[in-house]
Amino acid sequence: MNGTLQQDVNQETFTLNLGPQHPATHGVLRVKLVMDGEYIVEAEPVLGYIHRMHEKMGENRTWAKFLPNCGRMDYLSALSYNHGYVAAVERAAKIEVPERAEYIRVITVELNRISSHLLWFGAFVLDLGGFTPLLYAFDDREFILDLLESVTGSRLTYCYFRFGGVYNDIDDAFIAGTREFIKKQRKRMPMYDALVTKNIILIKRLKEIGPISKDMARRYGATGPVARGSGINYDVRKHEPYSVYPELDFDIPVYEEGDSMARYMVRMDEIEQSMRIIEQALDKLPEGEIKPKKAVKMVKPEKGDYYHAVEAARGSFGVRLVSDGKNQAYRLKLRSPTYSNLSLYGEATKGMLLPDALALMGSLDLVIPEIDR
Amino acid sequence: MLLAKIKEALQSLYEDIGDAAEIPAAADAVAAAATAAAPEAETLPEEATPEGEESKEEEVEETAAADAPAAAPPGPKETDYAAKGYHLDVELKPEKIPAAADILYRENFFIESITGVDWIDEQQLEAVYDFNHFDELCRVVIRTRTDRNNPEVPTISHIYQGANWHERETHDFFGIKFSGHPNLEPLLLPEDADFHPLLKDFKA
Repeated sequence: MNGTLQQDVNQETFTLNLGPQHPATHGVLRVKLVMDGEYIVEAEPVLGYIHRMHEKMGENRTWAKFLPNCGRMDYLSALSYNHGYVAAVERAAKIEVPERAEYIRVITVELNRISSHLLWFGAFVLDLGGFTPLLYAFDDREFILDLLESVTGSRLTYCYFRFGGVYNDIDDAFIAGTREFIKKQRKRMPMYDALVTKNIILIKRLKEIGPISKDMARRYGATGPVARGSGINYDVRKHEPYSVYPELDFDIPVYEEGDSMARYMVRMDEIEQSMRIIEQALDKLPEGEIKPKKAVKMVKPEKGDYYHAVEAARGSFGVRLVSDGKNQAYRLKLRSPTYSNLSLYGEATKGMLLPDALALMGSLDLVIPEIDR
Repeated sequence: MLLAKIKEALQSLYEDIGDAAEIPAAADAVAAAATAAAPEAETLPEEATPEGEESKEEEVEETAAADAPAAAPPGPKETDYAAKGYHLDVELKPEKIPAAADILYRENFFIESITGVDWIDEQQLEAVYDFNHFDELCRVVIRTRTDRNNPEVPTISHIYQGANWHERETHDFFGIKFSGHPNLEPLLLPEDADFHPLLKDFKA
């Protein structure tokens, strides 16, 4: 309890339940709030409403049979989860990946990142009361979903990557469509800038609101745009290079302010950076195989434990797997980024106005199935 | 280099290794039958550095005296990052965990996750802590083993507040009791859950 606030005002507090069914929580998240009028004394997220125990599922099926689960945690950037899992298993079982497959992975993951950020952008502005941008954002996102559907076969819950490669090669229509999307999206961004980013109402709702300090981010293990909005230059793609990211030239947007606006700006800038990555990857895309020459039939990593992290749209997604040499995991730990990012919510919202706390929650970009797993 | 610095700092936690046999010995009687079948099961990956090997010899003497089934490693081990995905592997006694977290905290590490592993054959539960650094790539894994029938590890949630949820989750799934934790209630499981689904003998 925040005793100081209570003593100063000397008023009664009351408990307010936010969720588990509430549009601002973007899923089934419940937050128990102790309120002093409009001010938050204490906020405690209550998790687990859609907990499905993916980690146990990882222990009772073969390595390959777990692949579809990866698309069902963070359903907005499912390909990053695909990537994290196959990369961890490839590291453990020492499976080589052809270069073309790695390029295709990067292209599709970055497209997925853009679609995730676009959806967040629309939904976040909707949280703040602006309805129109959502329609524009969904319109743009639809383009990406069509592109990804053409190669992966699904629109949202992708299961596209395989150990040692990808399921399906990309064709000329996909490449042309992707280039067209980038051309179109580059023209859209100035409009978003003028319509939303420079909008005085948005600025007043976000600037200097919901500060997350560098130290707080570190103590809670916040990563991704939340950490980068607090001045931490940490992106797994640069910090711990994997796949073909070292061969591509891109910047990591970092904002020092630590407020909701900074987190907003990081994601908006990342859309452009992802487009840069895709363009370069398409230019450099080598010819060749998309699967290993010798098909990967039975995966049996050596005894031991392995870790692999990737940069998902919401931060560092890590897979820690323990193998006992069999064709299924002994233990599979999934480290999801928003779990850590949300854990700082209680501390960050102390003494904050309720509407500002909702803006802060929106700026964390929560995906509940990924938190609950 | 950060790695060398942190390795040296964590080495200090091994100084009173004389009573190190305590933890394996507690599980000794129960585990004896199980481990007889699979004596290697507990040994960790053997990427021992020259320094690691050197101290291993000392420890062999000690554990032989204590008659423990498997040896506790004598210090932080550097691992092959490309193969394993982390740089430093540190196995400690449970009571040393807060001290290790404190050392990492002062070196500006952040907490990535905490989890458990059920080594049912050895009647032990392992708690695994992943740490990482924002400025320099240095992944440190801290691990500790505790008796499976009475699993207890001191909390680090007062050092890393982010550990609060990770420890609650690990308590949910494995039943490891993090002593000193302010609120060890179920987090992901229902609030009245009295089962631990990631234990290997869990039946739904």
